[in-house]
Amino acid sequence: MGYENPTKSLLTVTKEALDNSLDATCDARILPEIFISVKEIGTDKFRVRVEDNGPGIPEQKVPFAFGKFLYGSKFHRLRQSRGIMGLGISGGVLYSQLTTGKPVKITTSTGKKIHVFELMIDVTRNEPHIISHLIQKNPEKWHGIKIEMDVEGRYMERTQSILEYLKQTAIANPFAHMVYDGPNGKIEFSRTVDELPKIPKEIKPHPYGVELGVLKRMLLLTKARNLLAFLTSDFSRVGRRSAEQICRLAKIEFSRNTKNLKVEEIERLHKAIQMVKLIAPPTSCLSPLEERLIEEGLKKEIDAECYIAVLRPPTVYRGYPFQVSVGLAYGGNLPSNTTCQLIRFANKIPLLYHQGDCAITQAVSEIDWRRYGLQQSSWTLPIGPLTILVHFASVWVPFTTEGKQAIAAYPEIIREVKLALQDAGRKLAKFVRQKRKYKERFLRKQLFERYTPVVAECLSKLTKKDQKTILNKLEEFIKKKGETK
Amino acid sequence: MKEAKKKIENLGGKILEDIEKKVNPNIDIPIRTLSNIVYDSKTRMLTLGGKSAKRFLFHTGHAKKFMQTMLISAFCKDLIDQNIHTSLRDLFYALKRTLPNSNENTFDEQSESNPIVVDLEVMLNILREQLHLNADIRGRVVGNVVISDRGDTVDLSKLGSGGWAIPSNIEDIKFKKVNADYILVIEKNAAFERLHEDKFWQKHKCILITTQGQPARGTRRVIQRLAIEFDLPVYVFTDLDAYGLYIYSVIKYGSIGLAHVSDRLGTTNAKFLGLTMDDVDNFNLKNFTIKAEEVDTKRAQEMLKYKWFQKPEWQKLLKSLISRKIKAELESLSGRGLKFVTETYLPTKIKNKDFLD
Repeated sequence: MGYENPTKSLLTVTKEALDNSLDATCDARILPEIFISVKEIGTDKFRVRVEDNGPGIPEQKVPFAFGKFLYGSKFHRLRQSRGIMGLGISGGVLYSQLTTGKPVKITTSTGKKIHVFELMIDVTRNEPHIISHLIQKNPEKWHGIKIEMDVEGRYMERTQSILEYLKQTAIANPFAHMVYDGPNGKIEFSRTVDELPKIPKEIKPHPYGVELGVLKRMLLLTKARNLLAFLTSDFSRVGRRSAEQICRLAKIEFSRNTKNLKVEEIERLHKAIQMVKLIAPPTSCLSPLEERLIEEGLKKEIDAECYIAVLRPPTVYRGYPFQVSVGLAYGGNLPSNTTCQLIRFANKIPLLYHQGDCAITQAVSEIDWRRYGLQQSSWTLPIGPLTILVHFASVWVPFTTEGKQAIAAYPEIIREVKLALQDAGRKLAKFVRQKRKYKERFLRKQLFERYTPVVAECLSKLTKKDQKTILNKLEEFIKKKGETK
Repeated sequence: MKEAKKKIENLGGKILEDIEKKVNPNIDIPIRTLSNIVYDSKTRMLTLGGKSAKRFLFHTGHAKKFMQTMLISAFCKDLIDQNIHTSLRDLFYALKRTLPNSNENTFDEQSESNPIVVDLEVMLNILREQLHLNADIRGRVVGNVVISDRGDTVDLSKLGSGGWAIPSNIEDIKFKKVNADYILVIEKNAAFERLHEDKFWQKHKCILITTQGQPARGTRRVIQRLAIEFDLPVYVFTDLDAYGLYIYSVIKYGSIGLAHVSDRLGTTNAKFLGLTMDDVDNFNLKNFTIKAEEVDTKRAQEMLKYKWFQKPEWQKLLKSLISRKIKAELESLSGRGLKFVTETYLPTKIKNKDFLD
């Protein structure tokens, strides 16, 4: 779950805090200003601090937000957000407590007083334990959250590192200004877009994607008075007719109380749902990474020559809407003889681990990149001066593992990623071709310019005509040829 | 000589016209590969067909060769103007230089400049000698022949062990006296020395000529002139391998590379004396043959297709080379004793008129 080894744990703690900060600021329509600090305070001990300019948390909610595991709190909330990725920040709090025995310090304000908490988690009861709570004046009307945790960890700046995570986060969130103060000094990630992405709308679940366990839970918790009402009110895209059809197929009366259904009946109901034809779910719940953001993000973090972004229209897999967008950065200072870099995102969160198991990697490898002017051995990532970005936006990301680092290879997902990349690849090929053409033309011109003085000199010897006049005429030729071709 | 100069200057004029007309400057060069070689069975000569290729200045694949052609044309014009003669090697060094603002040379090797000289010859229909360029000097003669060369009278029977070295330009040489029944052309120097030392040419009243490998133009021209002017039969004596047989064909019909001047270099009445596969069997040379290499076999296979090797006896010989995978050098005759070649082999062959034609 992100805490397998000291290096990964340090990254996970930092990432949970950062993800929360980005979600909080974006939800409150505030352009994010985030400060991240990771400093060594002892052997394999680090102090992680993350500060944002979000709306802050009301004082009474602080202990629960940080000091309690919120199992399944987002079950019914079918809206795309970052914070669905791991154990959440409470996991970080617990990890800190287990490895250093120290409480976590949280400073927050909604713009009024500043509250400073020191918190621990009572593990046996899953309850927050407040060590101290100070209230300070806030003359500058600061709002936001500052979290400070001491954790065990190991720091590295390689491929799967905090730095790489921040860099990729900066690419997917070019509207965020972030300053990172790491063990090796400060790095700033600038803001190049001044608009926040639109807030995705919350939707009810679409019946096709509902698993049996979830269905049981929904039947218990619903406010609807009977089965028919439950189906029409708690799901999207289920009208009265479809609901009746489902009930008939499942051989359950419309008027049954949802709380009294037997297990076999629920199973029949679940099967019946899949058999009825329903309209695809609404896609207003999605916040894709749009083309402009991809281009801006890539431009500011990757020194290339050509940037391409493609956004696919939303589609559905098993009742869940999703939307894929891709970006390519090509040429410039990117190394040309190595395998290209693939950066994967799910809901604007970088996926650093398990690249090989991911549907995105599979889709990239299945494409024939040689068509687009790159080298490639079959079924591998292409070779060339290229960075490939793939963003997957969905209310429910089908991760393959609990670590939530790889997306499951549903055919619909692979297909969408491939279509997007092929579209981008065609645009890339155009650029590569043009570049090659330009280079050829340049070399050609250079070649002629090298020979014509010799030819002019010889012709002048053979014909006793003025050498300069001949050369001028030949140079005119080169000029014209360059224009027409 | 004025003809050559005029032709070169006209070439320059033609290109200037192209430039004036805003046409991509080009020259038209007859193709000299096998595809454009015609074997005329009536005249028994290899000649060039009608195919030609244009060489453009503004063409990435042609530009360099075009520039090189211009360099050599201008250089030859200078030679003619100043009445200087020089060799192909000299020409290469005189024109080799690095082009400004690059690390590219006008010519990297002599193998680049040589074919362009031939291009000029073919294109302008003139001989290299008329461009004041000397061909390679190779080949020697010994026999009862008296010539006059640049005012000197030379008796080719009185030149000691070395014989007369054939110069590049044969045109101005006069044959004053020739006393011989036939000409024996020998591929290899060693065999020539053997025959010369044994005074074969005195005893058998012939002229000995060694080509020292592929015959140079001068040597071919000497053979042709002696054969025609004095009506002498010509017998060619080479190694038994594809290369030896090809040397014979070059003397007789002309070469693929110089098909444009076959009429001035070919000796159509030349006959092949040996070594043949039959010689190997008849003279018991089997023990002295050596294994053919892959290149020998490959060359023989190519030659099987040449139109001038279609006679049954030649096809049979080439095929036996391929199937038996052996070859025999002239020196192999020494296996039967050092004087075997002069006392037994050659007299027998010539007496029996055992030739291939």
